[in-house]
Amino acid sequence: MALPCKTGAAFKKYLLLLAQENCEFRLPEIKSLLSLYGGHFNNLQDEHGKSPFCILNLPSEEMARKLMKRTVCAKSVFELWGHGKTFMEFQQSVLSYPLENMMSYLQPNSTYKIIIHSFNKTLTQKEKLEKINTMEFIPFQGKVNLQNAENIFYLLEDYGSDPNKAPNEPFEIFFGRWIADGQRELINSYSVKKRHFIGNTSMDAGLSFIMANHARVKPNDVVFDPFVGTGGLLVSSAHFGAYVCGTEIDYNTVHGLGKATRMNQKWRGPDENIRANLRQYGLEKYYLDVLVSDASKPVWRKAPLFDAIITDPPYGIRESTRKTGTQKEIIKTELFPESHVPVQLNYHLSDIFSDLFAFASEFLVTGGRLVYWLPVYRPEYTEEVLPRHPCLKLISNCEQMLSSHTSRRLITMEKVKEFEEKYQYAHLGEGQNLPYKGHNSFREKYFSGLKKRTAREERARSEMANAENVKSKGKEDV
Amino acid sequence: MKLLTHNMLRSHVTGVTRGFPLLIRAEEVKLSSVDFNQDFVTRMIPKLEWEALVEAAESLGHGSNLPRELETGYEKNEDFLKKVHHVLLEVEVIEGALKCPESGTEFPITRGIPNMLINEEES
Repeated sequence: MALPCKTGAAFKKYLLLLAQENCEFRLPEIKSLLSLYGGHFNNLQDEHGKSPFCILNLPSEEMARKLMKRTVCAKSVFELWGHGKTFMEFQQSVLSYPLENMMSYLQPNSTYKIIIHSFNKTLTQKEKLEKINTMEFIPFQGKVNLQNAENIFYLLEDYGSDPNKAPNEPFEIFFGRWIADGQRELINSYSVKKRHFIGNTSMDAGLSFIMANHARVKPNDVVFDPFVGTGGLLVSSAHFGAYVCGTEIDYNTVHGLGKATRMNQKWRGPDENIRANLRQYGLEKYYLDVLVSDASKPVWRKAPLFDAIITDPPYGIRESTRKTGTQKEIIKTELFPESHVPVQLNYHLSDIFSDLFAFASEFLVTGGRLVYWLPVYRPEYTEEVLPRHPCLKLISNCEQMLSSHTSRRLITMEKVKEFEEKYQYAHLGEGQNLPYKGHNSFREKYFSGLKKRTAREERARSEMANAENVKSKGKEDV
Repeated sequence: MKLLTHNMLRSHVTGVTRGFPLLIRAEEVKLSSVDFNQDFVTRMIPKLEWEALVEAAESLGHGSNLPRELETGYEKNEDFLKKVHHVLLEVEVIEGALKCPESGTEFPITRGIPNMLINEEES
């Protein structure tokens, strides 16, 4: 039993074991989730650090459990009983943990087991047993039960970041009582490989859950994706109990018509659509609607309609950027005559951002979040190039590497100010979005370094590309 | 298209001032069954344009006797919330069109999905 505490909540230390994947995204995820449950993140570690261990001060075990019901970045959480850089320091730390906090888990009529987790070093069974024996300084009174223990304890050892240079003794030792595991299995159960309806650029399941967590999606929210595609981002929000809707400019994608994305399949099947995807996961009840619409046109009633906007805008890398507008030729598809396809114009990247920001600042509830991907040409990236808006505050900015010179950044922003008409053109501020001005300027850079070329070859190539662009005007796919 | 979505949409035809609510020309309406979620319905009601919702539901013949004006204390009236739930999420226009109340421009609804793109001649 924890001692009753007169001065506010009794904070305890908890240890998170993080997955070694999408490292930059992990602590912003934890931070977002804690703020969703009214907790605070007061960790002193480097936010983008690579260590799998993270110590949190939390007011209750309940909050730790809530956190684990959402996180896909953390594997497990433990009530931390002690830690140290040497065995002596570690032992002292555990011994100074209040005995009364330990006792209810050490009772004679209880069962327990101790698991050894060594990061970046493989231990033999013998070594593990020896380590378990060193824990005898804790007064365990229960019976060991390896199959079905009531209390599970973990001895975690950190052998550093390089598995090939693991030292004999760990850099740090932790001991704690296991509380709960995270939601890592969602990455497998929602895998795009097993999903019915996918597109060329469907988001990896793990990242789409991270996006929903960065956006602080909660049950009964309304979540919107203005570039919905095949709806992969909506699935994770619906899993967390939010009602979802989206728009997509491509009629055939929304209706599941046309060529299939999968290699061994030529045409899309009759039931390939976003609704069917949600149905596959038992989430159809969270489907509101998907519309064929142009994200740059104001089709929504002016009101803060959405709790979160989660999107992966098209950048002309793997999906073309486009919006409707007037051009001379009118394209008519014969295959699906009912699909009127208005002429689609190039959509400049800088305009995508200004439209997205204007939209988010007007249609998000205050406190609602916008989470989106920004493509980055790394040699030219500084924080200065991030698009900004007076109503939106930057919360996190995490990089995912794509190649040596390109990456994309997951940007999370929160609406902190009520929308006013004067902000309508706030995004036109000088110097903003400069690297993204001009259609294809980013795209050209993106592709420029894929192979090593001499400057001359480079020039010739871009001239050719320009000629190609002229020829294929109106033909959109990249 | 669900009536909740209809309640959030407006016409974006150039020159239109309010563009709301869009008129519904329904050729096929389907009733589906969606799990009742009291918290969600209660949460959505203050965000709705109530009169537009009632009018839209009535125009489809699924008004469910909802009052023209929102009565206070509805949060505790489960019967009422269930009716709102039905109208918001279970009545779906499958084929037909949405019509701009000012310009008369039609946005077709096909297989339950509205197409809000505008012909370039009209824009």
